[in-house]
Amino acid sequence: MVNEALLLSGNEALGEGAIRGGCRFFYGYPITPQGELFEYLARRLPEVGGTFLQSESEIAAINMVYGTAATGKRVMTASSSPGISLMQEGLSYLAATQLPCLIVNIMRAGPGLGRVRPSQADYLQATKGGGHGDYHMIVLAPASAQEMADLGFQAFALADNYRTPVMILGDGMLGQTMEPVALPEAMDLSQLPPKPWAVTGARGRERNLVLAAPYTDDELIALNAELEKKYASIEAQEARWESKLLDDAEVVIVAFGTSARIAEDAVLKAREEGLKVGLIRPITLWPFPKEAFDDPRNIRAYIVVEMNNGQMLEDVRLAKHRDIPAYHFGHGGGWVPSTQDVYREVVDVHERKCVR
Amino acid sequence: MTQLYIRPRSMSDAANPYCPGCGHGIAHKLIGEVIDELGISERVIGIVSAGCSVRSWRLYRLDMVLTAHGRSPAVATGIKRARPENLVFAYQGDGDSAAIGLSELMHAALRCEGITIFMINNAIYGATGGQAAPTTLIGQKTTSYPLGRDPNYTGFPINMAEAIAGISRNSYVARVALNNVRNVLKARNAVIRAFKTQEEGRGFSFVEMLSSCPTGWHMTPPESLNRINEMISQQYPLGEFKVPRALDSSMIKKL
Repeated sequence: MVNEALLLSGNEALGEGAIRGGCRFFYGYPITPQGELFEYLARRLPEVGGTFLQSESEIAAINMVYGTAATGKRVMTASSSPGISLMQEGLSYLAATQLPCLIVNIMRAGPGLGRVRPSQADYLQATKGGGHGDYHMIVLAPASAQEMADLGFQAFALADNYRTPVMILGDGMLGQTMEPVALPEAMDLSQLPPKPWAVTGARGRERNLVLAAPYTDDELIALNAELEKKYASIEAQEARWESKLLDDAEVVIVAFGTSARIAEDAVLKAREEGLKVGLIRPITLWPFPKEAFDDPRNIRAYIVVEMNNGQMLEDVRLAKHRDIPAYHFGHGGGWVPSTQDVYREVVDVHERKCVR
Repeated sequence: MTQLYIRPRSMSDAANPYCPGCGHGIAHKLIGEVIDELGISERVIGIVSAGCSVRSWRLYRLDMVLTAHGRSPAVATGIKRARPENLVFAYQGDGDSAAIGLSELMHAALRCEGITIFMINNAIYGATGGQAAPTTLIGQKTTSYPLGRDPNYTGFPINMAEAIAGISRNSYVARVALNNVRNVLKARNAVIRAFKTQEEGRGFSFVEMLSSCPTGWHMTPPESLNRINEMISQQYPLGEFKVPRALDSSMIKKL
């Protein structure tokens, strides 16, 4: 059944997608610009018999998530960059204990308290760890209200499947832009996967343990090996991206989220002008879709468009063919490119830097 | 022959991991005994975190969670909200509860969260080598206050039971001591009343236990037990600071 499209903000779409994906618990602390998601769930979760609790801090919120995730229930939190920094301890613990949950970061410009304008400056924090120890989260980067709903829905199955925290990385522009959204059909909660490891009270079975530290040195080495194996399996199976107009492209823009949305318009404009330009849009930031760069085709240059000082650029440089240059176009601090800005950069690269 | 003493069924065969004369063992055993007595072992979920009790999950045949230093009350909140049919307790040291986790504990108490907190107050950080705790007494020497705690420089000891009783409207709050038979029996009653408070849905429950640390205090075990009497008279009076009005007193002996 195809649901009728509704006009929703990205934040609302994400919240409703998560609920339809079986999430019934939200803990969080107010911060701009994730307020609409927070307030949507405050209204909506009680209507479906769920629990919404405003915590005393982001530190408490992520640890409430830890508690609920330990019982096997689908649970999420949302915050924005400074709040996500406060949650890094908890994220390391969630990865160590392999507890499935969703963390949403509606990024704002940093560093420090920064300002609330849209930003993509938490890419490295999200994809390379952020907290202590060797761990990863699956990191999803929606680029529309529709994808906010879809990825909000799918995040919980991914989290359960791999027993891992999953992060959705958005920004205030994605969160507040209203677009038509066809919502996924709500999950039947009785069909959720069993979680025999969850703490529910040791009735008729041996005790279950959710341990942030194993008892011995050898067990911790074994846990790290188990995590490494799991991460390799996620890298092999879950990388997602979208490619556009690559077949004859000489210049390819690589961008995610809001900057991909803007870059797409610039690509179309460049095509109208006869420039051979394409787009690679990573949907998973971790695992990074390296395969998207496997075939060099006619590509003469990559332009990595990011609302930061050059973070995904590192992953593109590791993934691309060594003879093709990758340039960065972007700034941190809350700068949002216009289509015209990106178009001019495309022309510049096309004409002066390498292609001619 | 009648067996007069057995290890509580809710406790495992794991060896006591603590130093000789430490009060933690008494506290763990009381909790295990009460869980047996109330017949709730299949519904209990316990939480421990960093500090001397970091390995104490091994002592129980219960579903257990080990979490980050100080965060147990938030984790307990997340478990209890998801599974109100379970009984959730967190076992915290004085650094865990009164220093790094003060915010999580106080807000759980403010919300009158239906969880039970056992706080071991031995006025020192045992696991890391005898540094000061927020509960360290005035004048008490620690490795971080080698000349003794000077309140003009480091502030005053915190009385957690009184502080929680002051902010948690719907709660059971007690301070007990683990230094002689009479006090241990009173402590046992407080553990019962704490779990009863949760079982009957009467709010937050908190039991602060004054406990010995011979290693950290550089005393013999008997000296440590006497030292607890000084803690009581100098800073930490025993008793119940708050009792839910309708706690069913017919089921339990008065502390």
